[in-house]
Amino acid sequence: MNVWHHLIGSLPFAWAQFAFMRTALLAVLIVSPLFALMGTLVVNNRMAFFSDAIGHASLTGIGLGVLLGMADPLVALVAFALFLGLGIVALQRVTHAAMDTVISLSMSGSIALGVVLLSRGGNFNKFSHYLVGDLLSITPGEIGQLALTSFFVGGGLLLGYNRILLIGLNESLARSRGLSLWWTQMLFCAAVVMVVTMNLSWVGILIINAMLIVPAAGARNLAANARQYLFYAIGIGLFSGVAGLIASYYANTATGASIVLVAMGCYLATLGIKATRAALAAERTSRAAARVK
Amino acid sequence: MELQQHPHKGLSSHVCGECCTRIEGIGVTRSGQRVLEDISLHLHCGELTTLVGPNGAGKSTLLRTLLGELPHSGAIHFLPVFGHGRKDAPAIGYVPQQLDFDRFSPISVQDAFSSALSAWPAAIWHSGRARMRTKEALTAVEAGHLINRKLGELSGGELQRVLLALALTPVPNLLLLDEPLSGIDLPGRELFYRTVAELRRRFDLSILMVSHDLVGVTAVSDRIVFLDRRIVCAGTAAEVIAHPEVRRTFGFDLVAPAPVLS
Repeated sequence: MNVWHHLIGSLPFAWAQFAFMRTALLAVLIVSPLFALMGTLVVNNRMAFFSDAIGHASLTGIGLGVLLGMADPLVALVAFALFLGLGIVALQRVTHAAMDTVISLSMSGSIALGVVLLSRGGNFNKFSHYLVGDLLSITPGEIGQLALTSFFVGGGLLLGYNRILLIGLNESLARSRGLSLWWTQMLFCAAVVMVVTMNLSWVGILIINAMLIVPAAGARNLAANARQYLFYAIGIGLFSGVAGLIASYYANTATGASIVLVAMGCYLATLGIKATRAALAAERTSRAAARVK
Repeated sequence: MELQQHPHKGLSSHVCGECCTRIEGIGVTRSGQRVLEDISLHLHCGELTTLVGPNGAGKSTLLRTLLGELPHSGAIHFLPVFGHGRKDAPAIGYVPQQLDFDRFSPISVQDAFSSALSAWPAAIWHSGRARMRTKEALTAVEAGHLINRKLGELSGGELQRVLLALALTPVPNLLLLDEPLSGIDLPGRELFYRTVAELRRRFDLSILMVSHDLVGVTAVSDRIVFLDRRIVCAGTAAEVIAHPEVRRTFGFDLVAPAPVLS
């Protein structure tokens, strides 16, 4: 930790002189690859709406934590998000209702409950930092916690990667190969909940889902296989994480939102690259056809 | 693909005719509707059974029941269980009807195989063994050149052959094909039928195929089962085609005389 602060602190930049920025940079470097890995799987398995719901429903978790008089509502937050996330999966499995309806219902219900709980006595403003995120919420002590969770969740995701990929491709196919859909899906959802809730306080409820989805969506425009997909997603995630953090320092803006904006820029760039590639390929084909004539 | 060593030693053929899937009095009810009733069927190894029937007859439901996805009455026995399946079930190969997946997903053919065959995360590393088995399996269905292509970029026929190769790696005891040829052009169909015929010759497995193409499947099927919630009739192609209800469903009497079988 000291080595890190010494190393970054010796950089000739204004932001590098502040301990909270150095801590935040470390956090970004730790979680960006994890967000990227999880994002690729979330997007493949069409769970973007699910992770969005988990982020938004966290409001209720915070509300419950406050109601129970907790100083740090993180425990209530994780517990409620787990309850809701696994509940959504179970409900969908049992009722076979359309997933988007189940998610939308649970999300609307829990946001309403969260707002009601937090606005009691007209004090909602006290909690608005959860909506936009607060960089100062990453304390040096929390870095260790973040690194440990990231290590275990990331390792678990890699262990389950093939199963999750196969289930995303076709559930019956996955089942015919002896995979347990129930357990894989439950554990994957639990992993999504962990990653979202652990990073909620500094990224902000409003845009936490974008941290997962945008790098993966950009990588899809460029990748031809799973390895490139992950590689590009990590690249976009790390670049936008670091660039967004530094930009937010100079522009004095919310960090999470700044990171997401840079990531959105990357996404638009990938769209451009994709279109250029397609145009070049079309030109090659037509030139080859002309030569044949 | 490696030839499967049959456990019943001393048989001249690798097909024993004994291993079988016995379906006894299966009934399935979904949201209050009886979709399958009293289905009894024995699938012997080395045999290809084709399921035909009108839309909504429960053909795909029967396959999904065999996959263990749906609750049912009656019993399914897999006898005897050998190979690489779980304790209580044989290894089942399954080729879905139309792979309902996101065509823009950056998943290559190799990725799909690696994710099914190996523990190494496909996004990090493909083991040499997984690569070799993928290559072999694809070559057997004349799809070796597709290994690095994106799944979403394959044509319908190419995708079905890739999925067939995946279902056959490792060689299962029971192969379920759910309308493998819907929306596939004629050359693609011929190639697929040729591959399936070759499979039956080489491997000891039972095949259950759902098809709309009653005329096309007669050449490859040992037995045809006409299903309409219950088994209406079962037998050779000639027997099934002669059945009045089959003639009505396929409209044989209306448009033309029944097709002559060679």
